[in-house]
Amino acid sequence: MIANLWHYGLVVVLMMTGLYIVIAKRNYVKKMMGLAIFQTSVIMLYVTMGKVTGGTPPIFVQNDDGTLTEGIVYSNPLPMVLMLTAIVVGVATMAVGLALVVRIKEAYGTVEDDLVTELNREDEARRHLSAAAQPIKESKS
Amino acid sequence: MEEAITIALFALLLVMAMVIGRERNLFSAAMLTGIFSLISAGLFTALDAVDVAFTEAAVGAGISTVLILATLALTDHHEAHDRLHPSKVNWKAVGVVTLTGVALLYGTVDMPAFGVADAPIHEGVAKHYIDHSFEEIGIPNVVTAVLASYRGYDTFGELGVIFVAGLGVALLLGAGAPSITSEHPHLPQKSRAPYVREMPVVRVVTKALLPFILLFALYVQAHGDFGPGGGFQAGVIFAAGLVLYGLVWGPTALERFARHRIVERATAIGLLLYGGVGVATMAVGGNFLEYGVLTPEHPQHGQHYGIFLVELGVGITVSAVMLVIYYVFAARNVSPTRSSAPVTLPPPPMSEDAS
Amino acid sequence: MTLDQLPVLVILIPLLTAPLIVLIRTPAVVRLMAIAAAAASAFCAAMLVARVGEPISYHMGGWTPGIGIELRATKASAFVLALVTGIATVALLLGTRGTRLDVRGTSDRSDATGGQRSREHLYYAAFLTCLVGLCGMVITGDAFNVFVFLEISSLSTYALVAMGPRRRAFSAAFNYLVLGTIGGTFVLIGIGLLYQMTGTLNGPAISARIQEIGDPRTLHVAFGFLFVGFAIKLAVFPLHQWLPNAYAESPSAVSSFLAGTATKVIYFQLIRMCLVVFGADYVFGTLHFGSILGPLSLLGMFAGSLAAIYQLSLKRLLAYSSIGQVGYLTLALSLGTEDGLYAGLLHLGAHGVTKTGLFLLASVIIAHVGTDRLASLNGLGKRMPLVAFLFVVGGIGLIGVPGTAGFVSKWALLQAALAGDHLFLAGAILVSSLLAVMYVWRVVEVMYFREPPERAPLRPGYDWGALAPAGLLLGLSIAVGLYSEPICVYMRSAAAQLFAGGGAP
Repeated sequence: MIANLWHYGLVVVLMMTGLYIVIAKRNYVKKMMGLAIFQTSVIMLYVTMGKVTGGTPPIFVQNDDGTLTEGIVYSNPLPMVLMLTAIVVGVATMAVGLALVVRIKEAYGTVEDDLVTELNREDEARRHLSAAAQPIKESKS
Repeated sequence: MEEAITIALFALLLVMAMVIGRERNLFSAAMLTGIFSLISAGLFTALDAVDVAFTEAAVGAGISTVLILATLALTDHHEAHDRLHPSKVNWKAVGVVTLTGVALLYGTVDMPAFGVADAPIHEGVAKHYIDHSFEEIGIPNVVTAVLASYRGYDTFGELGVIFVAGLGVALLLGAGAPSITSEHPHLPQKSRAPYVREMPVVRVVTKALLPFILLFALYVQAHGDFGPGGGFQAGVIFAAGLVLYGLVWGPTALERFARHRIVERATAIGLLLYGGVGVATMAVGGNFLEYGVLTPEHPQHGQHYGIFLVELGVGITVSAVMLVIYYVFAARNVSPTRSSAPVTLPPPPMSEDAS
Repeated sequence: MTLDQLPVLVILIPLLTAPLIVLIRTPAVVRLMAIAAAAASAFCAAMLVARVGEPISYHMGGWTPGIGIELRATKASAFVLALVTGIATVALLLGTRGTRLDVRGTSDRSDATGGQRSREHLYYAAFLTCLVGLCGMVITGDAFNVFVFLEISSLSTYALVAMGPRRRAFSAAFNYLVLGTIGGTFVLIGIGLLYQMTGTLNGPAISARIQEIGDPRTLHVAFGFLFVGFAIKLAVFPLHQWLPNAYAESPSAVSSFLAGTATKVIYFQLIRMCLVVFGADYVFGTLHFGSILGPLSLLGMFAGSLAAIYQLSLKRLLAYSSIGQVGYLTLALSLGTEDGLYAGLLHLGAHGVTKTGLFLLASVIIAHVGTDRLASLNGLGKRMPLVAFLFVVGGIGLIGVPGTAGFVSKWALLQAALAGDHLFLAGAILVSSLLAVMYVWRVVEVMYFREPPERAPLRPGYDWGALAPAGLLLGLSIAVGLYSEPICVYMRSAAAQLFAGGGAP
């Protein structure tokens, strides 16, 4: 039984490699690459589930007179449909994420998570220090 | 044999994923991500998912890679070394990943074996699609039938996702539609590929290839009913052809026949076309996206018209969004205010909760 | 005929208005279009509330549920829809105030290059798609469709959060994007495993199959992944880190909208996942989910409220308070009883209305004082008496003082805990309410018991665009607190319907 499940095992290992990159890496672009690997391997999980041994892609084979050829095994079309959507979601997330990375680079001068966190902390400290020093000078346009 | 190929592809993917994780040169990592997608597409083909493979190749190896490269051109080319935690292994991440992975493996134990034809997943609705979609909808590619008709609402949502991506990127990076030509006519076009742009062979070949790429996109758009393809793949290929042209000849040249502002409007038109088909079916008395009611005497014809129109909507919005994203990134590249200041950049003026 | 189309109209109106806005672009017009679309959607949702008895099933594309996608309006989902669309309408009235879009040339460099062209139409379109995503998740009866609309709302949210005035908005949005995408992908994995074991994606059909196939381990894992994915999005302790930054850094209109809707919609997904898809017997009987969710809820209640006490700015305080309130919501679900569910649904409404009102007040304060630092709000009770008074009204709603909607729901929660003989939980609810008293008191103390600065530059006049809706929502909270009969009756039957599996297919 287990012998027939190694596909899933490999997919899981691949998935976890991607997840590790997302969590462990501090570079934001690298994180996005990790997300892409993670999402691609989830697509692989679905596609693996949809495969039927000895099957063909789910495009009907027709005889010359337009009727369907009998006796052909087709793989499951539904996971494929779902995964087309998942790919779209993946690239959409990638685009928005990378646009954010560009803005972070412009605003902070870096795209490394530890540096950005440090700068955020400084911002916050400055914000409340200046509040204590001069509560009136709330310059607002 | 088939099994050997699958194992080899899996092994290759695993090695590549690890290399991507370790590679500090982000340009190399970006190229590897593209190749990773391409190999995944190969694996999908081996697993019969031809439509998925097609899309993954166009999106993962094409659009995503271009996006990452565009980002790298605007940010850093190298991943910094971690000064605070020089030890290489992030134990927190290892913990989370191990836990998740073990949980998933635990779940696979009770799964139906790989490829078994009578697993529940193949018995349920999927069986209906294979047995009845030809009589109910009448097109050979089951994936297209499910995508555009049975689960047309999902695809409408998917188009919404793409539309939102265009909105989001334009909100983040573009100030409205800054026409590159009109705003910076004097600026030299800074290129992500300056060497490429000066190579006459590349320039000529790109120009010669463009009509064929666009023609192929139209073919893929029209052929989705009969083979792998459809609006999404066609849209991506169409946009990829134009982006290629833009990369080599410069965005200004591209803008001559695909003006940014018109492209931005086109992102909306595709979505409206898709929704409009649904509204039309509602007006005739059916439910949303019930194409059959369009031609009550021959529901199959209605299905054909409906699927053709919604696929067209998908193609329009997808290619337009991809182009908008490219334009916005490219405009960022020539923006005169772009800062490449070092980390010690003084914080911006305290714009406190401006109102 | 039109009435039959109500479930799809709630989604369709904003989803088609968003691209129209991109076509039309004129700032003044698109603002009105966005408000009108949200209001029309809210009207449809209200009609649904009025009409729904037995679940209304809408067959997308005319296909039988399962073969195609089904929309399902139950009493509970109609209520959540009305709440979300109503709050969206109110939050849209705020316009683009406090967004990067109208801070030209200060922190936003791009505006220096292309500032003459407005991006307001994109902002409104993204706002509407965010609404579409949330509504789509609530009303769909299809597991995968939940994922699609989850991503629509998430992607719009990331972009909207990044429109906040400070640079930290970018990093808040990015962290939210990474965590949110991991959450979304976990949900996708869970849906995949569910589909693999049952062969269908339709909620009630999955539920029917689960009762047949027994208790395979794959199902446990599917449940686990769905739960973790939703828990990230819901900010269940300890997966809540993204929330304070995202709420505090985003523009006022966006935080007002999200605070009242986003976590509520995800909470509703969690409820449906437990009760409609997996079934109460399986979740609370076989999996003992209550003994996992309960402790997490308690930790969230205390950690969120404690952290709120130590915050230095108003929006951040309110955001941490939300984490505590999510704890109440999940605690209600973890009881695994119909009474608990009833309390949870009530609290969903009460907290959504109250928190949105408070965030709207915060935006009024920011507009007039220029900041939401508590240190700058000294003596606000004298300077802006109406705003300060309304804030107190909202605050006592958070605490759950009798006479507010918060009391009605907390009382129901206490009763549900006592009915299950959970004396300890009842005690914990009371103690954590004391913590709420402390963080609300911090603001009250600053506003009423400190002297206003001498030369305080205040903008004259009230900002009625934000103040009127805030007053309306907080007034609603008081009205429900004083006369809760109709809403309680409705929620009772909504809870009963959900607990019975969301109505037979």
